[in-house]
Amino acid sequence: MNSLRKKIDKIKPNFQEGGKFEKLRSVFEGLESFLFVSDRVTFKGSHVRDSIDLKRTMTVVIVALLPALLFGAYNVGLQHFRSIGADAGIFHMFWFGFLKILPLIIVSYSVGLGIEFIAAQIRGHEINEGFLVTGLLIPLIMPVEIPLWMLALATAFAVIIGKEVFGGTGMNVFNPALVARAFLFFSYPAWMTGDKVWIEGLAKGQHVVDGFSGATPLALCAAGETTKIPSFMDMFIGTIPGSIGETSTLAILIGAAILIITGIGSWKIIVSVFAGGLGMGLLFNAFSVNTYMELPAYYHFVMGGFAFGAVFMATDPVSGSQTEKGKWIYGFMIGVMSILIRVINPAYPEGVMLAILLMNVFAPLIDYFIIQSSIKKRLKRAKIATNINS
Amino acid sequence: MSKVDREPIFSAKNLKLFTAPLGKDNPITVQVLGICSALAVTVKLKPAIVMALSVTIVVAVSNVVIAAMRKYIPDRIRIIVQLVVIATMVILVDQFLKAYAFDVSKQLSVFVGLIITNCILMGRLEAFAMANKPWPSFIDGLGNGAGYGIILIVVAFFRELLGSGTLFGYPVMEKLGIYTIGYQNNGMMILPPMALIGVGLIIWFQRSRNKSLIEKK
Repeated sequence: MNSLRKKIDKIKPNFQEGGKFEKLRSVFEGLESFLFVSDRVTFKGSHVRDSIDLKRTMTVVIVALLPALLFGAYNVGLQHFRSIGADAGIFHMFWFGFLKILPLIIVSYSVGLGIEFIAAQIRGHEINEGFLVTGLLIPLIMPVEIPLWMLALATAFAVIIGKEVFGGTGMNVFNPALVARAFLFFSYPAWMTGDKVWIEGLAKGQHVVDGFSGATPLALCAAGETTKIPSFMDMFIGTIPGSIGETSTLAILIGAAILIITGIGSWKIIVSVFAGGLGMGLLFNAFSVNTYMELPAYYHFVMGGFAFGAVFMATDPVSGSQTEKGKWIYGFMIGVMSILIRVINPAYPEGVMLAILLMNVFAPLIDYFIIQSSIKKRLKRAKIATNINS
Repeated sequence: MSKVDREPIFSAKNLKLFTAPLGKDNPITVQVLGICSALAVTVKLKPAIVMALSVTIVVAVSNVVIAAMRKYIPDRIRIIVQLVVIATMVILVDQFLKAYAFDVSKQLSVFVGLIITNCILMGRLEAFAMANKPWPSFIDGLGNGAGYGIILIVVAFFRELLGSGTLFGYPVMEKLGIYTIGYQNNGMMILPPMALIGVGLIIWFQRSRNKSLIEKK
């Protein structure tokens, strides 16, 4: 490590202002601070500083995503071998799935980071670490069969139109990972819905065992076949077809625990999303006009990307609500809208993506009203105080 | 009186009336007028071109008519007079399309009629024709129509090519044979939001080329 540090120090002057490679300054700094803690200190005024910076935050989220990622890899293998009716050991399944997911992750990171590096060069910014998480989130919310070029296109769209246009990391209105998914969802619906794309091999017309269906529980429900969905426990553990990282509610809850304990994800948002979903589900239970509405409300928690969206997408500190009261409203409305879109609109079996994107738009408005109301309250209090004094 | 300098028909000033709306005074990307129809009719190239021509004709002729009678229009009712002129022109264009290009007319449907409410028209009549002679007004109308049309055609080109894989209905992508290597048409290109993003990208491109368009903070 020490020799590496020395080497970096030796080439550093080349990259500073006036150096040979001045233009590549932000690339150098990005790589340097990736390996070592940045030696830059604040020099103007006094700032309260914490040792946790953007990069450490992102690292914790990555760690929180690992259970979902590892289970996702296992599940890709499991679903594949189940569909061809073969048996395989748990490590074999995991390895099979891992090799399937790896290209997706590589494409997502190389395209996204490539654009971020170029954008940082053009603008003379530092490279932000925001994409570290986005780059892992994007493959996790894709079907395993998604063609790589589509993934690359969606990633580019998400980074450029979803983020750089608004000014880069920390300025985006929408969650970039969901922008990528929404782009694919509307551009190539055949690859994002249906019963073929969730399991490796099906889209290529591979032979499957009789009676096997790759339909997700949500698709079954939307088709009105609620009796065919897997058991609650299966859906909770996650041995069902679905996007790579979203199937296992158990793995996601482990991630949620990491986020909440470290204080990086807002527990208020997570809890309120689930509360909103439960409320809407119970409301539908009360009406019970069709079989989908009769489905017990808590089933919604384990189907599709509800839990994944609540834990990893809704808690995005940039695109979500910033005020503490606002977080309750924001999360609750995401829960309500997700279930509403799921149950009422059969064209969109998965409502979580659209619900979060929709509430991303409303988050600044919610914050605005929360702040205005608290200003009003304080003004009133100040007036009363002056009245008493005078 | 005969010594009054008559401006040549294509003087530099008049030419500028035509070229400015194509670039730095573009009605769509700089003045941000006429956006609604730009989103609606740019799915395919053919309707986009017909729409561009219709708007150009309507704005040019209305400009001439209003400029010719600008001195006799009472100020208080000028908007009504302008609307009557525009509406007459739009009805003529609409009937012409129905007679000679029925297919396109059906595709454009209500948007031909909605040229009446196109902000570019009212904008040009109010801002230019009410204060200028017929000939410059005519050129101004042509220029603004063309500036509007150019954006429409560029957006429609990409939307038809990437969304449907065709150009003027000719299957370009299929002839290139890239479907066989896994390429697919982008369904989002057909949806209106992509037109908005397309116009946004053009504005981005234009502003990065011409820094004087960026608002001062």
